[in-house]
Amino acid sequence: MAKRFSFSTAVMVLGLVFLYLPMLIMVIYSFNESRLVTVWGGFSTKWYLELLRDEQLLAAIWMSLRIAFMSATMAVVLGTLAAFVMVRFGRFRGHTLFGGMITAPLVMPEVITGLSLLLLFVSMGQMIGFPTDRGMTTVWIAHTTFCTAYVAVVVNARLREMDISIEEAAMDLGAPPVKVFFVIILPIILPALLSGWLLAFTLSLDDLVIASFVSGPGSTTLPMVVFSSVRLGVSPKINALATLIILTVSLFVFIAWWFARRVEQRAQQQLDPPEQPAGASG
Amino acid sequence: MLAITQRLPQPRNWVTAIPFFWLLLFFMVPFAIVLQISFAESEIAIPPYSSIVSIEDEMLSFNLNLGNFLMLLEDDLYLVAYLSSLKIALVSTLICLLIGYPMAYAIARAEPRVRNVLLMLVVLPSWTSFLIRVYAWIGILKNNGLLNNLLIWLGVTDEPIHMLHSDIAVYVGIVYAYLPFMILPLYANLLKLDNSLLEAAADLGAGSLRTFFSVTLPQTKAGIIAGAMLVFIPVVGEFVIPELLGSPSTLMIGKVLWQEFFNNRDWPVAAAVAIVMLSLLLIPITLFNRYQLKEMEAR
Amino acid sequence: MGVHGVTTAVLDFEAELKAAAGKTLISIQNVSKAFGEAVAVRDFCLNIEKGEIFALLGGSGCGKSTLLRMLAGFEEPTSGAILLEGEDVSGITPHRRPFNMMFQSYALFPHMTVAGNIAFGLKQESLPKREIEQRVDELLALVHMEPYRNRKPHQLSGGQRQRVALARSLAKRPQLLLLDEPMGALDKKLRSQMQLEVVDILKQVGVTCVMVTHDQEEAMTMADRIGIMNQGELVQVGTPHDIYEYPNSRYTAEFVGSVNLFEGRVEQEEPDAVLIRSPQLQQLIHVDHGITGPGHQQVAVALRPEKVLLSKVRPEKAYNWAAGTIADIAYMGGHSVYHVQLDSGMRVLAVRSNIERREVRYRLHDPVFIQWNADSGVVLE
Repeated sequence: MAKRFSFSTAVMVLGLVFLYLPMLIMVIYSFNESRLVTVWGGFSTKWYLELLRDEQLLAAIWMSLRIAFMSATMAVVLGTLAAFVMVRFGRFRGHTLFGGMITAPLVMPEVITGLSLLLLFVSMGQMIGFPTDRGMTTVWIAHTTFCTAYVAVVVNARLREMDISIEEAAMDLGAPPVKVFFVIILPIILPALLSGWLLAFTLSLDDLVIASFVSGPGSTTLPMVVFSSVRLGVSPKINALATLIILTVSLFVFIAWWFARRVEQRAQQQLDPPEQPAGASG
Repeated sequence: MLAITQRLPQPRNWVTAIPFFWLLLFFMVPFAIVLQISFAESEIAIPPYSSIVSIEDEMLSFNLNLGNFLMLLEDDLYLVAYLSSLKIALVSTLICLLIGYPMAYAIARAEPRVRNVLLMLVVLPSWTSFLIRVYAWIGILKNNGLLNNLLIWLGVTDEPIHMLHSDIAVYVGIVYAYLPFMILPLYANLLKLDNSLLEAAADLGAGSLRTFFSVTLPQTKAGIIAGAMLVFIPVVGEFVIPELLGSPSTLMIGKVLWQEFFNNRDWPVAAAVAIVMLSLLLIPITLFNRYQLKEMEAR
Repeated sequence: MGVHGVTTAVLDFEAELKAAAGKTLISIQNVSKAFGEAVAVRDFCLNIEKGEIFALLGGSGCGKSTLLRMLAGFEEPTSGAILLEGEDVSGITPHRRPFNMMFQSYALFPHMTVAGNIAFGLKQESLPKREIEQRVDELLALVHMEPYRNRKPHQLSGGQRQRVALARSLAKRPQLLLLDEPMGALDKKLRSQMQLEVVDILKQVGVTCVMVTHDQEEAMTMADRIGIMNQGELVQVGTPHDIYEYPNSRYTAEFVGSVNLFEGRVEQEEPDAVLIRSPQLQQLIHVDHGITGPGHQQVAVALRPEKVLLSKVRPEKAYNWAAGTIADIAYMGGHSVYHVQLDSGMRVLAVRSNIERREVRYRLHDPVFIQWNADSGVVLE
């Protein structure tokens, strides 16, 4: 037992080093004075300043953030409904198809999704005149569609562990079904909705392939700009951008983790109160 | 067991219909259109393909053009691209499994508090940018990159070893980018594994390796399948990694599709490439769906 | 107080009980429930009287929970009707039924405080805020939870959660309170304390109550009447005393408490007594109550272990005794259960209170005699 334990621990440590070392190198070299990415030319923050001056890049960031915000929001709505259907509705006609449409986007190669959505938009444009052009709307639809699957998985997990008698109790006490959903279920699954939203947001921000297919001239997203610059070779500016992304994500995750921990600790403290019923009210 | 929404037929259908029709329209219907266009002919027009349905002399006629599929058969390029995509996906899935399984095992066996931190460390990279993480390897693997500098400094080699723009670089990039997707389902499965089973096996005198192969491994079959599919299927169609890290001769079908579409602007051939890829992946996708649905519907 | 006074008091009390009880609140008429092929409840008839605590007792899968869920409105009967004071309640959705339920898991709303949980049902009726607050205060006092009103459920112990769940289900003054395995989530020690406390509260409020449990001790401690369920059917209804002392079937006799069953045939039948010959005993069994039905029938005699007396000397009577040896002793502290192996090979349980502290009268492998009174046994078909 102990032998295997140490083996797997060793692999884990090496695996984590493998995961983090390239990112660490990127962060270090983002402060490199030299344009040559592989030669250390002294500490500098000039690449960050250059990043701030790159208007095309800033426009792409703004575009990506807007698309990600809208896609994540819509995906949370659709994904929550889908998760609810799967957990609570039992079997219905089209049930298998429904399940397949929730899970397949999780693994579908991006080139297929991108191409098929583009061809759909083109055909739709020919037939019903919508969408007239490819742009933010088409990217939003595309991102919402694949993010819905991820949100559905996250919310599904939370809904499954929720005690169904809580819903029944609310109904038993006189709340009509719609009210049960908004007053009881929604607040209870809120953390799952939040993490589903964040997941969808980052997935949308990160997508290059699908966006390349379905975006139009005016809707260049951040990954598309980064990709065309990376194709030409290594650039310290991209290192700086990478550092900012890593920093932002780490900060977010750390704050979330810290909050979760604090809530947990407070709950733990209050769980063992003095058992005298009389005395100061809690 | 009845749930609330089951007793009110109206909102219930409504709740089902919204996500159902969204996914039907934007996920299923597109495949039908891809299929249709794969039978069309390329034209210099907007959009750049012919219509397969036409009305001539008051006759409705379908012009199914099998040329695109025949071309996929005739030109070696496509066959080689499909085969090498499958090979690369298979090998990198195996490597991910070999690295990911012990990692997932170590995380699942750690103390609860440490476990959450470790899990977060594994997930965190995939919350940053995929593209940028692939890009990071360019700087490392280049001829005058960090790894070569290190090897020369150590005296392992005098000449820089050619690593970037090779198949090796593609494998490194894929394993790097997809490792977390292998670890997560394995971890979830290992966590559910009843520890007393392992103790019972050890108690009955099974050695640790024996316990692993006869108890742990069979119990985590579902996690292995899920993790393998989460890596294998998307990698078959991977574009970014072979494009950035592979050599021009690294043929992967995702790259071929991209080139047909964006460089050659031959939409019908791109559609045919997609249809063939999709049919190759049908069995793995079904396998994954079955696992994932079982997971999502278990109560 | 004289003898006369006591009798009058008893009579008054009985009259009062009858006046309060006699009225039927709920009438369950020929209710059946099928889930596809499986029949969970079969042709079930029962009247619940106003103010009583009624316990449905049965093993898992006997249909008792399904019946409770039909009362609450979570399931509709496949056939039959449930009447509330003569009016059919089927088709009334759970949120409109004047019945409230306390769930086995308590199902407290995790994101609301104790007070918020209790007020939830009242808020659905859009009562004025003052009134709601007043009622919440009353209920908190009733279940002794005033100091915890602003706690969240996860900050409470198991017993406290149960009190909150009870208060919440009582808040709307339901005409019928439904309890699903009320003590199921508590540990054993807390259980016996809470059983009495919950009954006190229910009686104080005067609510009619149907509870479902698989725990006979819980049913006997808490309920005024018990209904035994088996495979979707009602087997016997009666007071705890009736059920225990006069079981009407082998199922009831064996399900409630432990019992010694002697198989045999009626040998001689008189108006107020029967003699039964059992191959498991050398002596005849004499039961001092008559039975109905054809003679020489196959019957069983049920005998509760505490009614089996042990002795070291051979009883000087013709009936109701046997010789054996002590094969096992289970010492329970307050009493001991002796497993007596008869010459026929049958094992009979006998319970004996450990009144003396030091003395150990019967030891393993001792030869002993068992005997019982003519009014101890019950003849079952």
